[in-house]
Amino acid sequence: MVYLPTDMKKQIAIAAEGKAMASPTKEMLLDWYRQMVLIREFEETCHRLYEEKRITGVYLHLYSGHEASGVGSMAALRATDHVITAYRDHGIALILGMDPKAVMAEMMGKKTGSSGGKGGSMHLASKDHNFWGGYAIVGGHLPLAAGIAMEARYRGKDDVTLTYVGDGATNNGYFHESLNMSAIWDLPVVWIIENNGYGMGTEVERASGQIELHRKAEAYGIKSFGRVDAQNALEVYAVATKAVEYARKNGPAVIEHVTYRYRGHGVSDKQYDARDDMSAELKKWMETREPIKILRDCIESKYGDVNEILARHEADAERIVAESVAFAEASEMPSSYEDLLQNTYVASDLVYKTDQSVGAGID
Amino acid sequence: MAARNVAMREAIRRALREEMQRDEDVFVMGEEVAYWQGTHRVTRGFLEEFGERRVRDTPISEMAIGGLAVGAAMAGLRPVAEFMTINFAFLALDAIANHAAKVRYFFDGMFKVPLVYRAASGWGNQATASHSHAPEPIFAHFPGLFVGCPSNSLDAYGMLKASIRDDNPVLFTESIALYPKPSPMPDDLDEDYLIPIGKGDIKREGADVTLVAYARGVDWALQAARQLARDGVEAEVVDLRWLRPLDMELVYKSFKKTNRCVIVEESLPMYSFGGEIAANLQERMFDYMDAPIKRVAAEDVPLPYSKDIELLALPDAQKVVDAVKEIL
Repeated sequence: MVYLPTDMKKQIAIAAEGKAMASPTKEMLLDWYRQMVLIREFEETCHRLYEEKRITGVYLHLYSGHEASGVGSMAALRATDHVITAYRDHGIALILGMDPKAVMAEMMGKKTGSSGGKGGSMHLASKDHNFWGGYAIVGGHLPLAAGIAMEARYRGKDDVTLTYVGDGATNNGYFHESLNMSAIWDLPVVWIIENNGYGMGTEVERASGQIELHRKAEAYGIKSFGRVDAQNALEVYAVATKAVEYARKNGPAVIEHVTYRYRGHGVSDKQYDARDDMSAELKKWMETREPIKILRDCIESKYGDVNEILARHEADAERIVAESVAFAEASEMPSSYEDLLQNTYVASDLVYKTDQSVGAGID
Repeated sequence: MAARNVAMREAIRRALREEMQRDEDVFVMGEEVAYWQGTHRVTRGFLEEFGERRVRDTPISEMAIGGLAVGAAMAGLRPVAEFMTINFAFLALDAIANHAAKVRYFFDGMFKVPLVYRAASGWGNQATASHSHAPEPIFAHFPGLFVGCPSNSLDAYGMLKASIRDDNPVLFTESIALYPKPSPMPDDLDEDYLIPIGKGDIKREGADVTLVAYARGVDWALQAARQLARDGVEAEVVDLRWLRPLDMELVYKSFKKTNRCVIVEESLPMYSFGGEIAANLQERMFDYMDAPIKRVAAEDVPLPYSKDIELLALPDAQKVVDAVKEIL
């Protein structure tokens, strides 16, 4: 049985409640549109480049369809807050303001990539943007998030760590241990479960005994802000604002974002080609729950004709992504042994090594 | 210089306590480290002195302990996370091997991970199979993570201090059998006494055979050397102290003199420390080799409960002596 958004409206009562509390300005809405069309253009370009073998990595998990989830929730943060996610990280990086050139160069494994070509699609990060990275082991970043939040508590700061968690991760030990630790130590983490219906190819219903995933966090005493229609950036923002402020003052909070992935688990996902029920499901989401259209409709209903500015954002997105591709393709590949070995360790006076030491790195 | 005997657990406790006094960013976390006063009593009195903020009991959640330390370290703290025993660290292997060791590399140097994992290690005391491991070589397999394994109190003190102060992640194992064992520490020991990470040490000089060991293996090697001396054989005991980086220069220097080598370890024999040392020796010291390189390790079996067969599975000084006699 596939996962359809049929009765989603019943499950998002809290979102409606939150909407009254935080209402984004016109400028914010227009900027969200800018971010969302940039992500979509970037991701669809990545997909094309992969098909053309210009991006060659085996893993490429695209954020198309998820845009409102990231855009709406990160709009609730302030600059000193922290963000961490799993491997579907391109959109998160772009929302935080990482240079699309460096992100695209990382896709192509170039020296100019944000991780110097060492990390690839799944390991984007930027210290300057308090973006602690994309991580590739399901659930592996959850205790890291708790540790980052602990540093804030330890030093008496009230910065929040916004942590994106896939639905699949709610089934492994990292989720349960990390959420429990965040609860007993009152850590300022907002756990956002991005429930796109599938952990790789397995439906949530076949993978989780509790299909309302936020309830798993409630089991540890974590404040739940319920399920949110994460195709609607405004609803996401309204709930995220409440959850972030709650976490800042009290301790961990959880939100379940109900969303959908347009490009499968990763680019190698062939299920949508092979299964009619899944391709029908995808079509239905794209036709009825398209996050960019939902935002556009909202802006137009509030502010009338904004065609000109939205068209400019769309054109900018095309130009920026085209420039990032040109930049990445013109960049140099890491190729030397020094490129290979460097940054395994921090260079340190406390480390003793000779030419004959084994396992000491090159610094 | 005046010295007195100090148990290894006390030396470790002293090093950790001084580093916590020295640096507000150092904190300890783990199962039973606070109110219980530490399962191995290493953190005895810490809760009272440093408070709950810096001495943090965790639930029985090794995956979270392992990963939370990584995040806290990336964010600028200096966690000293304790695994009650290294057997439980297997649950955290992903956090250790995939995150602590690799975060710096896969973000190309963007983050430092200045953490220390402490773990009590070793066979024996009828602890039975799943509580009886000395798996240090497994952890030393991963580039990005240093591994320290002291054999006496003074080394433990200087090695732990260096591990805490260094900006790289370190797994620091403490032999349970050595915790109560006294060994000399100078009375006027400098609080900045640091043993460089990756530097081995000659624990006994000799010209006839090189015994290469670490941690508890050093004890067996030294006992064996004393026994061999009675038969006129002088063994040199090289204590590598760190499994990563590995001070092969020290081994080569000794081997050039003795031309014979027996490797002693508490760990299992397959894909082991002994295999690593032997492989390096044959690659680099072939011209100096007068005899096959021998390895003394635990027997290739899970450890049983019953005392006699448990001891049968373990290395000891006599096994080292026998191995030396085979190659003289």
